[in-house]
Amino acid sequence: MSHDHETPKSSEPKPAPLHGLLAEYESPWDLIEAAKKVREAGFSRWDTYTPFPVHGIDKAMGIRMTILPWIVLGAGLTGLACGILLQWWTNAVDYPWIVSGKPFWSIPANVPIMFEMTVLFSAITTLVGMLMLNGLPHPSHPLDLKERFARATDDRFFLLVQASDPKFDLKLTRNLLSSTNPAVLDDVNEDRTTSNDLPKLFVYGMVILTAAAAVPFALAFKARFTKSRDTRIHLIGDMDWQPKYKAQRQNPFFADTRAQREDVVGTVAVGEFQDDDAFFKGKQGTAYVRTFPERVQLNDATIDRGQARYGIYCAPCHGLAGDGKGMVNQRAEQLISAGTGKGMAWVQPSNISQDYIKQQPVGQLYETITNGIRNMPAYASQIPPEDRWAIVMYLRALQRKGPAAP
Amino acid sequence: MALLSNITTHNPFTGPPAGDNPFAKITDNVARVAEAARPPRAWYIAFGVAQVFMLMLFGTLGYSVWEGIGVWGNMMPVAWAFPIVNFVFWIGIGHAGTLISAVLFLFRQNWRTSINRFAEAMTIFAVVCAGIFPGVHIGRPWMPYYMFPVPNQMGMWPQFRSPLEWDIFAVSTYATTSILFWYMGMIPDFATFRDRSKSTVRRLAYGIVAMGWRGSSRQWHRYERAYLILAALATPLVLSVHSVVSFDFATAQLPGWHATIFPPYFVAGAIFGGFAMVVTLAVPARQFFGLKRIITIDHLELMNKVLIATGLIVGYAYGMEFFIAWYSGSKYEGFTFINRAFGPYAWAYWTMITCNVISPQLHWFKKIRRNPWATLIIGMIINVGMWFERFVIICTSLARDFLPSSWGYYIPTPIDLMTLAGSFGLFFTLFLLFCRYLPMVAMAEVKAFHPSVLAHGHGDGHDHGHGHEHKAEAHSAS
Repeated sequence: MSHDHETPKSSEPKPAPLHGLLAEYESPWDLIEAAKKVREAGFSRWDTYTPFPVHGIDKAMGIRMTILPWIVLGAGLTGLACGILLQWWTNAVDYPWIVSGKPFWSIPANVPIMFEMTVLFSAITTLVGMLMLNGLPHPSHPLDLKERFARATDDRFFLLVQASDPKFDLKLTRNLLSSTNPAVLDDVNEDRTTSNDLPKLFVYGMVILTAAAAVPFALAFKARFTKSRDTRIHLIGDMDWQPKYKAQRQNPFFADTRAQREDVVGTVAVGEFQDDDAFFKGKQGTAYVRTFPERVQLNDATIDRGQARYGIYCAPCHGLAGDGKGMVNQRAEQLISAGTGKGMAWVQPSNISQDYIKQQPVGQLYETITNGIRNMPAYASQIPPEDRWAIVMYLRALQRKGPAAP
Repeated sequence: MALLSNITTHNPFTGPPAGDNPFAKITDNVARVAEAARPPRAWYIAFGVAQVFMLMLFGTLGYSVWEGIGVWGNMMPVAWAFPIVNFVFWIGIGHAGTLISAVLFLFRQNWRTSINRFAEAMTIFAVVCAGIFPGVHIGRPWMPYYMFPVPNQMGMWPQFRSPLEWDIFAVSTYATTSILFWYMGMIPDFATFRDRSKSTVRRLAYGIVAMGWRGSSRQWHRYERAYLILAALATPLVLSVHSVVSFDFATAQLPGWHATIFPPYFVAGAIFGGFAMVVTLAVPARQFFGLKRIITIDHLELMNKVLIATGLIVGYAYGMEFFIAWYSGSKYEGFTFINRAFGPYAWAYWTMITCNVISPQLHWFKKIRRNPWATLIIGMIINVGMWFERFVIICTSLARDFLPSSWGYYIPTPIDLMTLAGSFGLFFTLFLLFCRYLPMVAMAEVKAFHPSVLAHGHGDGHDHGHGHEHKAEAHSAS
């Protein structure tokens, strides 16, 4: 456009070839008349240049309707489809989530965005399509060398017939244009003075910008695929680091350096006030109780409950008869007899009808259920105290029944 | 007033424009504003004031982001206050520009050509100001990407069934389309600036944005088609954008909000408020930049007539809201409207009525509507009124809704007020920069619809041999 440090015209070996003939008019109507004549003469490579769109010039020049509206229509429909697809896929398929009971795929609710995307795609396509169809940006043109042509965007109307037109003849075409009474009729030569290369500054600038633009991507790529010992860069803290102490952490403020303070002596959780040792522990002082606590009702209901609970918790190991031959024991013996080495450390669960167990006070039986013994686990967490006493009652009944059949 | 006349007599822009024909005169009248070595003194004064307010805006926004939203007066029950009022206010102003560009174009109102360029510029800058508020008022403004359907590590997507999300798409589309329309309109004028440039920097700068436009008729043909298409797209877009903004409120259950009148009511109000801003800008612009021959008193009169029309629509909407509130029999709805007029916010309500319903009626008088300064003052009054309309709608309905034990009273903090004032600073800064560097008037369009051209353009371009006498006619001076 403006670089001019090629060899000056005076040392050019030959003048630049003719690009075309340029006629200048003072009014748009003169231009229209001229345009009609040029069109009737059958030229095809010619154009008019006006500071504003002249009404009637399209018809005079024979300019056909552009296909831009159809391109925009296509873009609009694409936008519509994208709007539908976006909302359907994200809200109804990929991550459906319930909001106010609205349906996941709700066309009425999706219409506004569908409409907006239609308009958005159409609008962008209108501008970009218009520019592309017009061949814009068009940085340089031989007409730029004609100073008078600057008035094409001001107040004058121009008509250019290109020399490359098949019907172009220097004399005849010049006469034709003269007959339209232009204010000025001039030659336009091809541009052989300004350089065809991009300005160096522009090229360097583009190279540097492109290289600079690649840097963030390169950094991201590196960060994605390499390992580092540094902690992550965490830009937005939100409330991720809160200056507070959690229950199991250290807190140097206290003598015992614990953040959690011990319960006040004698603190009891709600519903956990176990003041009756006989009932809750099966003991009176350090000795086991020999009779059932008062709270335990000595009736059929309790024994039936005990039988049921025994069948759930105790029978798998001790067996329904209390002889220690429950399903677990049978399985263990099966494994041992298979001779694969499994279950070799198995000890048969106690037969509760053995003498030493018959002689244990009920409190001791209760404690065994509560805390476990040897390989038997503690059942305190699974069986409430009332049910443990019911099981003890049922055990006594089993023991009275006599030694189990071998 | 002596100072004012001092400014105008020393102003190099008020003399007659150079040129021996109407087209050259139009070019010179508009281009000399951008080509002058120094802008008019009034520009410096206005720019200085605007800068102060703009810096105040940046300060308050920074402070709000740093400290948190607690620095605003938002408090239950009025959890949505100044930021959303400001957002709706600015978006509404933007709509008038698109209306002038697009809708008046479709209605073949050729008088729009004098004002459409800076009305579109006003739209862009109003949308910029509007867009700040949703961005900042979300509480964690460093996470605005949640609003957009950006694939993320949580696998989450926005809630597309919400009007708040529709707002994102509507306002983004509106901003994009307005910028495209504005830019496209300026391409021929950038070419004019490029061709008149005396310095290489100017020529390059305007040349790049002019895209190499030379006024080829074949290019004009596609350009005109594109202009028509964009106008046809922008018209339903304007209606949809402010309707979607109104849905922010209308889809809620609050009495006073949950009304089907909201979309047309908001759109009419937007056009009303926006036109008021257009006249507020037009009167000083034509005065200080010497555009009185292009933006004539006739143009101001036509704009004031639009103000009467839209003002009446808005007044009708106020009345209809009241009527429907009574007719519906809903005691909540009825109470809301009585509360608006006679409750604790009555001061805001009656300000709104005075400014929006009563003041435009002054334009029934020819003397008033043809007076530039009356136009300016009434325009500013209407702008105030339209801000109060949104304030009344939003804050009174929130302050007193269904349950009296939840009622409250909203008081804005100084930060709220400073942010609102600051947004005007941003708006005027951008607008004054536009006046200084960009083509303020659509020269190509004004020329295309010049009376001398129109006298001939009756669909046929042949046998107008006697057309030359129209050439010398001068445009009506003010």
